Amino acid sequence: MASLFPLLSALHPVLAVPTIDRLVFAVCAVIVLSGALGVVLSSNPVYAALSLVLTLFGVAVLFVEEDAQFLAAVQVVVYAGAIVVLFLFVIMLLGVDRQESMRSERLPAQRPLALLLGLAALGELLALSRLTHWSTAPRGASGAPATGGGGNTAALARSIFTTYLLPFELTSLLLIIAVLAAVVLARRPGQHPIEPPSLVETEDPNMPMIGSDPDEEIEGVRNVDAESVAFGGGRGPQ
Amino acid sequence: MTLSGNWFLALAAVLFSIGAVGLLIRRNVLVMFMCVELMLNAVNLTFVTFSKMLDDINGQSLVFFVLVVAAAEVVVGLGIIVSIFRRRPNATADDLNMLKG
Repeated sequence: MASLFPLLSALHPVLAVPTIDRLVFAVCAVIVLSGALGVVLSSNPVYAALSLVLTLFGVAVLFVEEDAQFLAAVQVVVYAGAIVVLFLFVIMLLGVDRQESMRSERLPAQRPLALLLGLAALGELLALSRLTHWSTAPRGASGAPATGGGGNTAALARSIFTTYLLPFELTSLLLIIAVLAAVVLARRPGQHPIEPPSLVETEDPNMPMIGSDPDEEIEGVRNVDAESVAFGGGRGPQ
Repeated sequence: MTLSGNWFLALAAVLFSIGAVGLLIRRNVLVMFMCVELMLNAVNLTFVTFSKMLDDINGQSLVFFVLVVAAAEVVVGLGIIVSIFRRRPNATADDLNMLKG
């Protein structure tokens, strides 16, 4: 009994936790890690994207476990609802949903070196989280508690809309820039913008025309339009 | 009493390492992007864990901004990938040799 005592005292912080917390953490850890391994190891990009959904859901449940309910909801909506769908859209659009051969490798030493590097990084991170004492400040030293007054969402809103108001506004600028960049990048090169046809096709006789015969001019413009629609299909001159 | 934050930190470290190794060993550009997302999620988990350990909401606000930047990064990155690989048959990082002299 005396020999069991140090073991029990060592296990005491874990045993004092309610069973449901330990169970939730264990299940979520398994889900997160298996999803991450699925992303890395599956040769089909579609399977990798679906494994990514698994990992993101596991992380969202861990956020709930850590009293960050708003971030858990945002995680599910933004990541699993938008980003993974975007990934799947691009996979289907590019038609790259076939198997990537995991055998051939141009740099033969790359894979063992990568594994070695990853293990070294993992060892360093675990040693840092073990050996050093991260929580040097007393709890709640910043004066902005995580669960004060109205719950997690109210506390987060107070922090974002008072302390971080300028960065919050700058993120809107960042999102607009990203949308513009995506539109510009997704255009095919040399594609002309769509011309408004209403100015050309009006039958108004008072409209000034350059040619002597207005009907012929209009017909020519119509032919050009039809040709560009028929042959272009969004593909401009190279 | 809730679970100690060290468990969450260890899980985040393992998740980050898996993402880093995946980024190094995969050659499909889309899968490499997904591995970057894994690493970002590991960092977010670390932020939320410290926010819980220190009872400080600022860690969660930082996660909020990380989410926004990650969304913008994915949009721009996928736009670049689409514009590069529109005329190429497969999307591996080894095919990007246009800068080779």
